[in-house]
Amino acid sequence: MSAVTVGRRGPDVRSDLWVELELRKSGGIELNLKSKVDFMYREANRQLVHYTLRTLGVEHARVDIEDTGALPFVIMARLETAVRRAVLSGSKVHSPESQVPPCLPAPGPSFALPSARDRWRRSRLYLPGNEPRFMLNARIHKPDAVILDLEDSVPAPDKDAALAVVRNALYALDFGYCERMVRINPLPAGLEEVEPLVHAGVNVILIPKCESAEQVKSVDARISSALSSLATRNSQLETYLMPIVETCEGMFKAREIAGASPRIVALTYGLEDYLLDLGGIKTPAGLESLWARSQVANAAKAAGVQAIDTVFADVDDMAALRASCQAAKELGFEGKGCIHPRQVPVVNEAFTPSPAEIEQAQHVVLAFKEAQAQGRSVVNVGSKMIDPPVVERALRTIAVAVSLGRLAPDWDATLVTPSALCHSEERNDEESRPQQQQGEIPPIATPSLRRNDRRMEG
Amino acid sequence: MDLVKNALGRMVPTEVNGKPAIPFPGVGKHRPSGRKACPPIPTCLDYPEDGNKVVADLRTALERAGIRNGMTLSTHHHFRDGDTLSLQLFDLCAEMGLKDLVWYPSAAFPCHASITKHLDSGVIHHIEGSLNGPLGDYCAQGKMRGLGVLRSHGGRAQAIQDGEIHIDIAVIAAPTADQFGNANGVHGNSACGVLGYADADVTYADRTIIVTNNLVPFPAIPIQLSGTYVDMVVRQDNIGDPGKIVSGTTQITRSPDRLYIAELTAKFIRDSGIMRDGFSFQGGAGGVSLAFAIYLADMMKQAGVKASWLHGGSTRYLVKMLEDGIAPALVDGQAFDLEAVRSIAVNRGHIETSPLTSYNFHAKGNNVSLLDVAVLGATEVDPNFNANVVTHSDGRLRHGIGGWQNCMHARCTILSVPAMRDRMPVIVDEVTTLCAPGELVDVIVTELGLAINPLRQDLLDAVKGKGLPVRSIQDIKSEVERICGKPARPKHGDKVVAVVKWVDGTVLDSVYQVG
Repeated sequence: MSAVTVGRRGPDVRSDLWVELELRKSGGIELNLKSKVDFMYREANRQLVHYTLRTLGVEHARVDIEDTGALPFVIMARLETAVRRAVLSGSKVHSPESQVPPCLPAPGPSFALPSARDRWRRSRLYLPGNEPRFMLNARIHKPDAVILDLEDSVPAPDKDAALAVVRNALYALDFGYCERMVRINPLPAGLEEVEPLVHAGVNVILIPKCESAEQVKSVDARISSALSSLATRNSQLETYLMPIVETCEGMFKAREIAGASPRIVALTYGLEDYLLDLGGIKTPAGLESLWARSQVANAAKAAGVQAIDTVFADVDDMAALRASCQAAKELGFEGKGCIHPRQVPVVNEAFTPSPAEIEQAQHVVLAFKEAQAQGRSVVNVGSKMIDPPVVERALRTIAVAVSLGRLAPDWDATLVTPSALCHSEERNDEESRPQQQQGEIPPIATPSLRRNDRRMEG
Repeated sequence: MDLVKNALGRMVPTEVNGKPAIPFPGVGKHRPSGRKACPPIPTCLDYPEDGNKVVADLRTALERAGIRNGMTLSTHHHFRDGDTLSLQLFDLCAEMGLKDLVWYPSAAFPCHASITKHLDSGVIHHIEGSLNGPLGDYCAQGKMRGLGVLRSHGGRAQAIQDGEIHIDIAVIAAPTADQFGNANGVHGNSACGVLGYADADVTYADRTIIVTNNLVPFPAIPIQLSGTYVDMVVRQDNIGDPGKIVSGTTQITRSPDRLYIAELTAKFIRDSGIMRDGFSFQGGAGGVSLAFAIYLADMMKQAGVKASWLHGGSTRYLVKMLEDGIAPALVDGQAFDLEAVRSIAVNRGHIETSPLTSYNFHAKGNNVSLLDVAVLGATEVDPNFNANVVTHSDGRLRHGIGGWQNCMHARCTILSVPAMRDRMPVIVDEVTTLCAPGELVDVIVTELGLAINPLRQDLLDAVKGKGLPVRSIQDIKSEVERICGKPARPKHGDKVVAVVKWVDGTVLDSVYQVG
C-alpha cells in the first residue's frame, strides 16, 4: 500500500503535525515520532497517537510524524485525516468515509454553548480552517463571532484536513463569548460537512455562493437530521444559517434566500466574487456594488434577519475600514467581516452606537416618555417635532446601548449624564467572563422584537 | 564540583572559575565589604605630551598593552548583532598564537558564532557574559572549559567594580574618537548612540584601546568616554555595522496575540494608577516590551498624562514620546534602533547613562529603583513568580540577562509573556533556571489574563473593579495545561556548565549540561 501524508513541516512551520501513514496488514504500529516538544510531551504524544489510531480502528501501520508543537486536538485531526486518506486511497471503490469512526477530543469550556437568534454580530473574524494556531487565541480579540473557514482560505487538497481541524477546534478550544461560525464549501460538497459540524456544536453555518432557496433548504434539512440524531444529548442545541450571496443570480434571489429557512439569522454577501460575476470594476467609492449592497440589506430586513456587510481587504488602512463600516451602517448593515484581529475593535466600535448617538436617542426617548405621561401624541425635542419612526429608532439605539453595556439599564431612572456611562463595555465583558464559562449564554441583543414577529407573518 | 543549596533551594557551586562564590542568601541579605578594585596608577611620563596616542594598528596596540596568555579581554555590544571588532580581535589573538584568554563581552549575539572556533582551538578559555545561539549551545553542551558566568548588565559592572573580574585589556569600538582617546558613539558613519557599556571597562581596566573609524581633531564632542582612561587609539576602516542594531529581540512584534499582551500591559499601567503625571518607566528588548510603549503613549495622550523620564534601551517609540513632549527626559543605556542613534545627537533631553549608574547594585543608589514600572519578557515563570530569562524549558541557553535582573528593583516589575509558546507552557511548575526571585516580580501579563503577585495587595486593590482580566497565576497555569497537556519535567544533565549571578554577585542558580 502507498503512504499518504497530511499536515505541514519545515523550519517555518509552527504548532502543526506532519504525518506520513501507511496502512499495513500486520506488524502492529511502527511509530517514528520526531517532536520539537519531545522533552515535555514525548510520552503524552506517543500515548495520544496510539489512542487515536486505536479509536480510528487502525491496528497495523507505519506512522512517521514530525511535530512542531501541535496541540492535542490538532494531532488527533491530522492523524484522522491521514487514516481517512489512507483508507480512501487503499480501496478501489470510493468507500464512504463513515467507515472510519471519528476520534474526538475532550470538550472544552465553550463546546456546544448555545447562541441566540438576535445576538450581536458586529464583527466576525475569519480564521483559515487549516491553520490551527490562529484559532487558539481568537477570542481575546473580542470579535462577536469567529468564522472557521473551510472555503476560500483552504486549498482544494486540504479540504478534508481542514474539516477535521475545524471540527476538533469546535470541540476542544475555548472561543469564549464568540459565536462559533463555520463557512462550509459551496454545495453540493459543503452538504457533507454539515453533520460533523452540527455535532461539534457549531452555532452558525455560512453557505457560500448561495443562489437559491433550495440550496438553503438542503442545508437546513441536513441540520435537522444531524440535530435529531443528537436530540437526547442536547435538546437546546440549534444551528443557525447565514447565506452568503456572491453572484448576480444570488443577488436577484436575495429576498427568497433570506426567507428560505427559519434557521436563517443573517444575510451577507461576498464582494469579490460578485464583481467577478458582474464584470464590474472595484472602485473606492463602490458605486458598482451599491445596488447589490442595498439589495442584500433590504432582502435581509424584509425577511426579518440581520444584514451583515462583507469583509474589508486592506488590513493596514484603519481609516478606510472605518469609512467602509460607516457606509455599510448607512445602508442598514449591522456588522462586517474581519480578516485580521486588528480590524475587530474598529468594526465593533463602528457598529456600536456612538456616545453622541446614544445621547441623542436618550433625549428623544425622554421626550417621548414625557409626552406619554402628559397624554400628548406629539413629541418634541427642542423646536423639532419627532415622528414615530424616530422614536422607534431611538428606542432601538437605547436597547443596543444597554445590551452592549454602554448605558445602564436604568439610565432613565437615574438620569446620569450619558457621557459618564459610555466606557464600560469591555469591563463588563471581562468581569463577567467566569460566569459565562460556567455555561451561561453569552450576552444577547434584542434590539427589535419586531423582527421575529415579521418573520412569523411572512 | 561541590554544590550547595542557596536560599531559594537551588544547587550552586561555591567556586566559579577558580574564585570563591557566595550562594544567594536571599533578596537584600548580602552586604558587600572591602574596597572597590582599582587599576594601577598611571603617569603622564608614559604618554606622549602632545596627546597623540594613535598607534599603527590593533596588533601593535595589543602588543604594546602587553597582551599574553590567560588575560581577560573585554568588548562592548553597542553594535549588537553588527559587532565585528570582537571577531577581529580574537582572530588577531589566534594569529598571535595567544591561548587561554577570557572574553568578557557586555553581551554576545548570533554574529559571534565563529567565536566557537577560538574556544575549540584554545585561544579563548571561556566566556563570561551572555550566552545564546551557537555560543549558548556550545556552553550548554559542556564543551567550554571554564564555567559560563551569566550576569546582568548591572552585575557585569558590579563584578568589574568589586574586583570579581579583572579586565586586563578593554578593546572599545568608538564611532568617533580623537587622538587623545576621547570617544563617542553619536557621530560618524558607524554611529551607534551611547557607549555606556564601555564605561566600567575603561574605568577599571589595566589597559584601554580605543578603535575608531572616524578619527577627529581633539576634542571629540561630546566626550562620552574620557581619554584620560585611554592608553592607545587605533584607526581602522571597520569597527561594526550599526545597520544590524535592529535584530531579533529589538524588532516590534506583528503577532496579534503578542500585541494584545502589550496592550493589556499598558491598560494595567493605566488602570492601576501607575500612569500618572510624573511617572517613569522602562521597556526592555523583546517584541512585547517594545510594543507596550506604543499603547501606553496613546493612553497618556488621551488622558493628558506626562511622564517625568523614560529609561531605555531606547527605541523610535521612546524617542517619539520625547519629541512629542510626553516625557522631558530619555535616559539611554543603549540604542535599539537608528532613530535612537539620531535622537541622542540632537535632543537635549536624550541623555546617556551606563550600567554603573543605572544598574549597579553596589552603588549609592541606582536609576532602576527610581522607576515606577519596568516591562520585561521571560522564558518561564512559576506559580511563586520566580522567573527565568536565560534558558528555555529544554535547558538550552537562549538569551542574555541584560538589564532584566536590574529592573526587578523598579517599583512595579511586569513580565509580559505569552502563557505558552507553541505547545510549551511559559507558566510552569518550576523554572528551569532561576534568574529572578519571585518576590520581586509583581505582575505577569499573558494573553489569558494577568496575575498579580499576592505580595502586592496594593496593586490587587488598585485594579479592583477596573475590568481587567485579573486571575491567579495558578488559574492561568491550569488553563495552559488544559490546552497543552501537563508537561513532563524536562531532564537535564548533572554537570554544571554555567552559573547565574544575582545583581549583588551571589550565585542564584546553575545551568546544567544538555545533550
